[in-house]
Amino acid sequence: MAAIEVLDLTKTYGELQAVDAVSLEVAEGEFVGILGPNGAGKTTLLEMVEGLRRPDAGTATVLGLPVWPRNADLLPRMGVQLQASAFFERLTAREQLHTFASLYAVPSATADEWLERVGLDDKAGTRVEDLSGGQAQRLSIACALVHDPDVVFLDEPTAALDPQARRNLWDLLSGLNNSGRTVVLTTHYMDEAEVLCDRVAIMDSGRILQVDSPAALIRRLDAPARITVAPGAVGLEEARGIAAVDDVQESVDGVVLTTRDPAHVVARLAERDQLDGVRVQTGTLEDVFLDLTGREYRA
Amino acid sequence: MSSTSGRPSSRSAFVALSVAIFKGFLRDKGAVFFALVFPLMFLVLFGGIFSDQDQSKVDLIQVGDVALVDDLPEGAAEAFADTFEVTTSDDLADALEQVRKGDADVAIEQRGDELVAHYTQTEQVKSAITQGTLRAFVDATNVAQLAAQTGEQPAYSFEAVSVEDDSLTAIQFVTPGLLGWAVAMSASFGAAATLQGWRQSKLLRRLQLSPVSTSTMVGARVAVTIAVALIQMAIFLGLGSVAFGLTLSGSWWMAIPTLVVGTLCFMAIGLLAGAIAKTTEGAVNMANFFVLPMAFLSGSFFPLDAAPAWLRAFSNVLPLKHLNEAMLDVMVRGEGPSAALVPIAVLAAFAIVVTAVAARLFRWDTA
Ligand SMILES: Nc1ncnc2c1ncn2[C@@H]1O[C@H](COP(=O)(O)OP(=O)(O)OP(=O)(O)O)[C@@H](O)[C@H]1O
Ligand SMILES: [Mg+2]
Repeated sequence: MAAIEVLDLTKTYGELQAVDAVSLEVAEGEFVGILGPNGAGKTTLLEMVEGLRRPDAGTATVLGLPVWPRNADLLPRMGVQLQASAFFERLTAREQLHTFASLYAVPSATADEWLERVGLDDKAGTRVEDLSGGQAQRLSIACALVHDPDVVFLDEPTAALDPQARRNLWDLLSGLNNSGRTVVLTTHYMDEAEVLCDRVAIMDSGRILQVDSPAALIRRLDAPARITVAPGAVGLEEARGIAAVDDVQESVDGVVLTTRDPAHVVARLAERDQLDGVRVQTGTLEDVFLDLTGREYRA
Repeated sequence: MSSTSGRPSSRSAFVALSVAIFKGFLRDKGAVFFALVFPLMFLVLFGGIFSDQDQSKVDLIQVGDVALVDDLPEGAAEAFADTFEVTTSDDLADALEQVRKGDADVAIEQRGDELVAHYTQTEQVKSAITQGTLRAFVDATNVAQLAAQTGEQPAYSFEAVSVEDDSLTAIQFVTPGLLGWAVAMSASFGAAATLQGWRQSKLLRRLQLSPVSTSTMVGARVAVTIAVALIQMAIFLGLGSVAFGLTLSGSWWMAIPTLVVGTLCFMAIGLLAGAIAKTTEGAVNMANFFVLPMAFLSGSFFPLDAAPAWLRAFSNVLPLKHLNEAMLDVMVRGEGPSAALVPIAVLAAFAIVVTAVAARLFRWDTA
């Protein structure tokens, strides 16, 4: 059974088509990322799937149950972290988490474990207003997960996190996913999507442009690889003479060879012992993203 | 795959929410100040200042012969002497001048069957005491005379006069009114700030995603506000009786349901303010804009007896007036529990109408 089924979801704000007939199916235990520029409609889509916003058209079901109207039997099985953190005023981190735990009839001991898991045990007695942006974000994630939901929705969970906290959260989310939970997140970090997600949906202007595994998306992009060697390691003319090299440029980094057959070119360079300082960059998810969504700023 | 957490009982969720909101209140210095400290300052001020005045007798100048005073029966004469320091004079103009200057509190003269009292309005409490006490003496004397004529036992004894006199001390006046004002402030500010706060912090959207029903959320907020009102009442009555000699009359307990309904009414006013205003501060200011003038016009700070008739008539459209009157009636005026029933109904009607208006004006998204 699919954990999430979305069919032709549509939301319009006045003239603006925020989400335009989006369909998506997420299998149980799958980890799906939604990528898209600012204003693409990621949050709107997610909130409709969570049952927080009423779609203008289309349907969404989670664990086989329709999400609209509000279904109190489904809610305990869903964990949601909204893009904007929302807390009870003037409570400490621990009290906050305990309150959310009580709403789901989860014992306080479990709540305290979660405080530790998101690395906030030091900040247990700090009021939410006094937490840093990243700490508040982690608390918000703990509040979303404290009741051990089957399906987890996270809207830019790593947006304000430092690199350590980001890696720790990756571990935490992978762990959840490995234990069979379904996870859907939005992010602007391509590395995050590449590391975590089984499938990635690239969204722009309210539509999903492509959905596939990161590797398949990159393969489909068929972007040329860039091989860089130390300055002077190979002569420019000599480099141009290597079969399969499409272009050669000199930069401060060294000599950059562009090719669609990096294996062949690296082998030729190796034969001549010209691999000094070599770096090979193949297409990335970011290339896929920019290729699909263009480079202009979004409103 | 199974979920370890079930659907929680709405009771545990209700308790958790109430505790969270109550803690939030206690840690909000501004809210605590306006709910407790600020009105208590007024209580101490009024109670302290005026209770000193009460201990000194009212200086009364008797101009010419005043049959009422001269002919008072035994017990009443004593009670009268306890309340008034009587000097006699034959010069009305001079007596009035003394009252005007504050050397005396009241001058009385008799014109035919009418007892005329001259006093100054600047001493609100003393003039109220004077007025009330004299009226009580007149009533009592009338009753006694009537009884003498008909040969029946007088319906009121003169002990009743001195009890009436006790209940007129300043603290008796100010406690119910200030309590009404305090509850009006904290209930309306609390509701206004909560509505705006939850709307802006998106907490309400987050709570919609938890399995807690809207009625549980609203119920928790209402429960906390009522609890705060009852705490305010306990502190006011406690301080009033311990420090300023407040004595409550028989059916004072009826003030509890009155206060509960009053709290709902002022929460509704706060909701209205929260629905109209765009920011939390704006909402609280708006609530204050409703409540503070209302407190003046509803007799929270001084009795309305001396106010012009049109103002007294106007005050009847103010819910705080009804809350104050009901609490005065049952807490200090010695009226029976039923005296609060009509005000409770009026307050409830206000609450329903204002909530309906607020609900119509309210938008979840600040746009
Ligand atoms: N309540 C609303 N009223 C009007 N327009 C809205 C509303 N919510 C969202 N929009 C518009 O819908 C579009 C999609 O917004 P959405 O928040 O879904 O974008 P997003 O992909 O989550 O962007 P970001 O990466 O910045 O979070 C935007 O253009 C936004 O301005
Ligand atoms: Mg968003």
